Amino acid sequence: MFGAGGGTSAYQEIEDTDLIILWGSNARETHPIFFHHLLKGKKNGARMYAIDPRRTSSVAWADVWLGLEVGSDVALANTIGREIIAAGLCNTAFIERATTGFDAYKAAVESYTLERGEQLTSVKADVLREMAHAYARADRAQICWTLGITEHHNAVDNVFAIINLSLLTGHVGRWGSGLVPLRGQNNVQGGGDMGAIPNKFVGGQDVEDPALRATFEREYGTSVPDTRGWHLSQMFEAMEHGELKTVFVLGENPMQSEADAKRTRRLLEGLEHLVVQDIFLTKTADVAHVVLPAAASWCESEGTVTSSERRVQRVRKALHPPGQAKDDLEILTLLAKKLGKDWGAPTAAEVWQEVQRLSPWHGGMSYERLEAENGLQWPCPTLDHPGSPTLHTRLWSDPVEGARAGFQVVHHSPPVDTLTDEFPLRLTTGRRLDSFNTGVQTGGYTSPLRHGERIEVSPEDAVRLGVVAGEVVRVVSRRGAIVAPIKIDPGLRAGLTFMTMHFPDEVETNILTIDAVDPKSGTAEFKAAAIRIEKLGVPETVGAGGAR
Amino acid sequence: MDLHLIPGATASAEERAAIDAAIAAVIGTGPGTRHMLLPALHAAQSCAGWISEGALNHICAQLSVPPAEAYGVATFYHLFSTECQAPRVVHVCDDIACRVKGAQGLCRSLEATFGPAGSGTEATWKRSPCLGYCEQAPAALVQHAGASPVEHTITHATLTVLETAVSTGEVPGPSGRAVPQAQGPRDPGLRLLRRVGVADPASLDDYRAHGGYQALRRALDIGPEAVLREIIDSKLLGRGGAAFPTGRKWEAVARSPVRPHYLVCNADESEPGTFKDRVLMEEDPFALIEAMTIAGLAIGAEQGFIYIRGEYPRATARLQYAIAKATRRGFLGDNIGGAGARFHLNLRRGAGAYICGEETSLFNSLEGFRGEPRNKPPFPVQSGLFHKPTVINNVETLVNVIDIVLEGGPAYAGIGTASSSGTKLFCLSGCVAKPGVYEVPFGMTLRGLLDLAGGVEGGRALQAILLGGAAGVFVTPDELDMPLTFEGTRAAAATLGSGVVMVFDDRVDLGDILIRIASFFRDESCGQCVPCRIGTIRQEEALHRLVAARTSGDRLTEQTLIADLGRVMRDASICGLGQTAASAVESALKKIPFDSRRSLTAGPEGN
Amino acid sequence: MNAVPLPFVRTVEVTIDGRTVRVPEGTTIINACKTIGIDTPTLCYLENLTPVNVCRVCVVEVEGSRVLVPACSRPVDPGMVIHTDSDRVRHSRKLVFELLGSSVDLSTAEPRFKADMEKYGAAPERLAPSGHSDHGAPATVQQPVKIDNDLYVRDYSKCVLCYKCVEACGTDAQHTFAIAVAGRGFGATISTEFDTDLPDSACVYCGNCIGVCPTGALMFKTEHDMRAAGTWDESRQTATDTICPYCGVGCTLSLHVQDNTIVKVTSPNDHDVTEGHLCIKGRFGWQFVQNR
Repeated sequence: MFGAGGGTSAYQEIEDTDLIILWGSNARETHPIFFHHLLKGKKNGARMYAIDPRRTSSVAWADVWLGLEVGSDVALANTIGREIIAAGLCNTAFIERATTGFDAYKAAVESYTLERGEQLTSVKADVLREMAHAYARADRAQICWTLGITEHHNAVDNVFAIINLSLLTGHVGRWGSGLVPLRGQNNVQGGGDMGAIPNKFVGGQDVEDPALRATFEREYGTSVPDTRGWHLSQMFEAMEHGELKTVFVLGENPMQSEADAKRTRRLLEGLEHLVVQDIFLTKTADVAHVVLPAAASWCESEGTVTSSERRVQRVRKALHPPGQAKDDLEILTLLAKKLGKDWGAPTAAEVWQEVQRLSPWHGGMSYERLEAENGLQWPCPTLDHPGSPTLHTRLWSDPVEGARAGFQVVHHSPPVDTLTDEFPLRLTTGRRLDSFNTGVQTGGYTSPLRHGERIEVSPEDAVRLGVVAGEVVRVVSRRGAIVAPIKIDPGLRAGLTFMTMHFPDEVETNILTIDAVDPKSGTAEFKAAAIRIEKLGVPETVGAGGAR
Repeated sequence: MDLHLIPGATASAEERAAIDAAIAAVIGTGPGTRHMLLPALHAAQSCAGWISEGALNHICAQLSVPPAEAYGVATFYHLFSTECQAPRVVHVCDDIACRVKGAQGLCRSLEATFGPAGSGTEATWKRSPCLGYCEQAPAALVQHAGASPVEHTITHATLTVLETAVSTGEVPGPSGRAVPQAQGPRDPGLRLLRRVGVADPASLDDYRAHGGYQALRRALDIGPEAVLREIIDSKLLGRGGAAFPTGRKWEAVARSPVRPHYLVCNADESEPGTFKDRVLMEEDPFALIEAMTIAGLAIGAEQGFIYIRGEYPRATARLQYAIAKATRRGFLGDNIGGAGARFHLNLRRGAGAYICGEETSLFNSLEGFRGEPRNKPPFPVQSGLFHKPTVINNVETLVNVIDIVLEGGPAYAGIGTASSSGTKLFCLSGCVAKPGVYEVPFGMTLRGLLDLAGGVEGGRALQAILLGGAAGVFVTPDELDMPLTFEGTRAAAATLGSGVVMVFDDRVDLGDILIRIASFFRDESCGQCVPCRIGTIRQEEALHRLVAARTSGDRLTEQTLIADLGRVMRDASICGLGQTAASAVESALKKIPFDSRRSLTAGPEGN
Repeated sequence: MNAVPLPFVRTVEVTIDGRTVRVPEGTTIINACKTIGIDTPTLCYLENLTPVNVCRVCVVEVEGSRVLVPACSRPVDPGMVIHTDSDRVRHSRKLVFELLGSSVDLSTAEPRFKADMEKYGAAPERLAPSGHSDHGAPATVQQPVKIDNDLYVRDYSKCVLCYKCVEACGTDAQHTFAIAVAGRGFGATISTEFDTDLPDSACVYCGNCIGVCPTGALMFKTEHDMRAAGTWDESRQTATDTICPYCGVGCTLSLHVQDNTIVKVTSPNDHDVTEGHLCIKGRFGWQFVQNR
């Protein structure tokens, strides 16, 4: 919509905002240091709304909680949008000057009345109305989100629905007003920025643009395919159809991180050639034909990563890697040499110079400046450019510099895995403070907060099912079954259950999840599976359970 | 916030009910919920006799206060226990005035009968700092926790009475008279004490029959600006110890654009030897309420608080009753005197912490935080209670407002001396013939006051007088001609402080008194700043060594050390507590001839 | 011309040790001193925390003030005349060091602390003479080390009660409020509710309390164990700044490495992402690179 894939605001902006919407994010646990900035904003007087099916520790800090049904985010956003329009609270001047597609949007959201919004989301109409008015009236407002928005079959629609709200109100492109997608991993932003996505070169430059492609072909001295590549889900599709037979995995553990784990295992095991380059011998590496031991990028090698606020920062070598492990860069150049291309032995700094040359976003970010200025935020095209804490300020120039931002019409689409009498409970997944994704890294330290995997249920459901804290139950979805102990969480509403995927070796949560993917982003719908819970024949309890 | 409660601890139904009722009683009197913490902790304590984990959980859940913070607050106060203890506790004062009257012996006997302080499952006894009944020493406070908690003060305590109190909870009725000037031929010059012993403290009608609420009527007639002018013209100085011009405080708050404004009455009368405010609150509670109403109108405050020390059950009950009555009769509330004026008054109890008499500590305590002093500036008139402009005045100061409004500021300024206007209440205790509260115009000499109280008890020789309280100074028999004014005492390097005049005859073991003063400050230091937290304990240790004649090195080294400690406490402590913690000790060591401090040569008696 | 007026900053003139200094309004005395190279000892002050001014080692003499004032928190007033090295100031600083030295184990305190004690001629032993009192030895804050989890230990015998950990756990950073000051006077300590062990408390092991502790009362378990084993050697340690490997916030980690092993992790106070503060993963979650 804006032509750039990055959060629009610096973290510090949330300290200076008037209204904070935390949407599908448990940042208190998953982005704790960002949450420090958020709390400063609260202390400075900002009002906070939290949109989350669960009453999480983040929600506990909100002034208002919108406990929506899993997967009803578009409906919620469209209802807010319709109410803002109906109440005459749009930023008309901004819409006229800086956006396109308003009329179509207005027509599309017309049916999302407060009443319908309440029906679809389970959030009371007066709460929806209050948030709509508060967001529209605020001088400055920020919407922050995480995987609660993006781990859905309609992930991109969810994001569009949120961006629409910012366009409606002009809450973007100004200090304190913006959109903050919080990235789940330390270099998700950087990976994409560097071109590790199917359709972009480094610096968000489109591979399907002939002029850009020509630049890269000149630089690389070779031809570049003129079509976009596959994203992760498409790769698995291709494996399914026998189109993809050789896979090179760098620093990922799809065997445990992908939805529908049974299918993933079958496809990976069926490959003709699987190469895994990782610092661990992961479950994926277990089935690989070749494993290339890598150095840990964040402490055993030099380079950069890019954070959620588009800040490029240096990582540095503090330790010598163990055994035969090598720096990723060295492995790749050695590989290139075996494949017949001698790239020499470039340093990370030399590779970065190529980035500076090819990416206008990064042109002004010399290593010297990154060192001296604690990192820089793109775009930073020239050496005398200070970097850009706030993105899209151009939308506030008159006339707008560059393309206008377009409204995108999106509609409510409920989770693919429907609830039925057979599978009456909604399972949503997420993360806890002390663990990270599949736990390969966090498993290395002993956390006093860690109590293993449990299926969390509401007190009402615990009573209905006749289960107690610590009782081991069978959890069944349309794709498989696992056993896990019960934890009772008063923060869950009846009908909602929760698990993480931090302990796949003990409890393989992704047996249960569905691989329904968003066609645009390739993300699977980890946030919404349909399950049932069965009591095991022989009562069995594990640990104390439920104390915390 | 994401509260984490204590795993598995739940409050009893009784605790929950008591806590919920306490919260309901103060809801809406201040911003947010935190200010309800102290009342809630009181409810838990007086329900179960201690603050259980379950009760703390319930409080924290109700008020959104983290348990660690609530625990930090609970452990700040003497009268709260965070360990299970007997529901009946007899707090026996062993502070200086009671010590002179045999408190040490009583404590030793109780220990022999009932075991060490704090032991026992049904009932126990504990040593207490000054309970504010010095004129009727020795004193004790009986607290009986339960569904209907009971609290009583025992005065002129004997061993039999104390033993009965511990064993059965029974206590004799009130005894003793606190105001000698009101007995026999009544002193016609009484102003602040005018109604004491005359008007029924429980009767609003009787209060009015004795001139009550005429000042409020006049204040409503002349308006806030004129009231302010009268107070400024009266040259009234604060009676809490710091002697700051009251009119300047009021004016600063009245003119502040920041809203809301608050009025706080500092009734945390905890300076050892001080009991004048207690007498005013017990005997003439409506006068304080009327005075505060006038003050509230003058400074533009719609909410006032009285923060009363936790050891004053009778004054608390009488004020509570009087506030309720005044509210019912329209003397407090949203339409005072039918004139549309608005002023609400809320009574808050301290829980045993001398430091909370320091104004900024009092704010923190009232707000539900630990009673630690704040750094000044900013001063309360800029940032006081709830960090809003606040006038905080002592009880005695406020009661003066009534006469000032009635007779006018200039007339009031004509009483006393040019620099110390009005009358002053003095608290005479110790070895004096007729102990009690005395009201005299500023300017009387110390000798004159002593004579008024009948001189040294039994006609014995005077050894020394502690003037101004534990934070004051010792004066010697040759200083009796000192005029009792702010300027007169200052010239003599002394202080009026809170009006304490504690008399020690030649039999008193002054070394023991000095150690008790030092241990008082050690006990009462809040612990926040290094000079006071560690300085007070080092001072006490050094005094022990000095008094026991077991000095490290020579006496001079020890005295140098005490002087060094005194200097750092005075210079670098955050608040008045630390700054004056060495004052009495230093004055005694300096002024009183070495040999006359019997204990220093003879060793402490009964330690 | 496209001139943007700069925000007008009022300045005030003050005199420090006889020298005239002009600083922006609202500047604290300590920062005003810094502008002319006067170094002020501090203990409870840290740039990323709200000044609590409880330790009182930073006190200075201000003419017209009855008592000394804390330089760390007091803003300068116009015309203020400040003495940072008067007899009164030196006396108070010396005594504060002596008071702390006589009651607290300062063996692992920041090196700065020892240097300042020497500078002011502090002789703590004179305040706590042994073997002379019939009331037992002079009081100290000695108590057993608390080891109740695998990540960090609490040795309150080393606690100077600077309140920094409480601030970092509370309103200045983490907002978890697992610890507070409990008790009163010399008996005041940093405590969880009812002194419960950390695993039962609200603690989320962010370690931000360790990050601000000036005396080593709060210490990584790794450091504690290495000290116990006699292998802790700061002269063999390096500190390298890098970025946390976990979520996408991008926190700067300073990895303290001895013999190719991470021994503790801090974050720079002046970095505007972390302001010195981390979470459990960043602070303690590095073990995986060492399971070699």
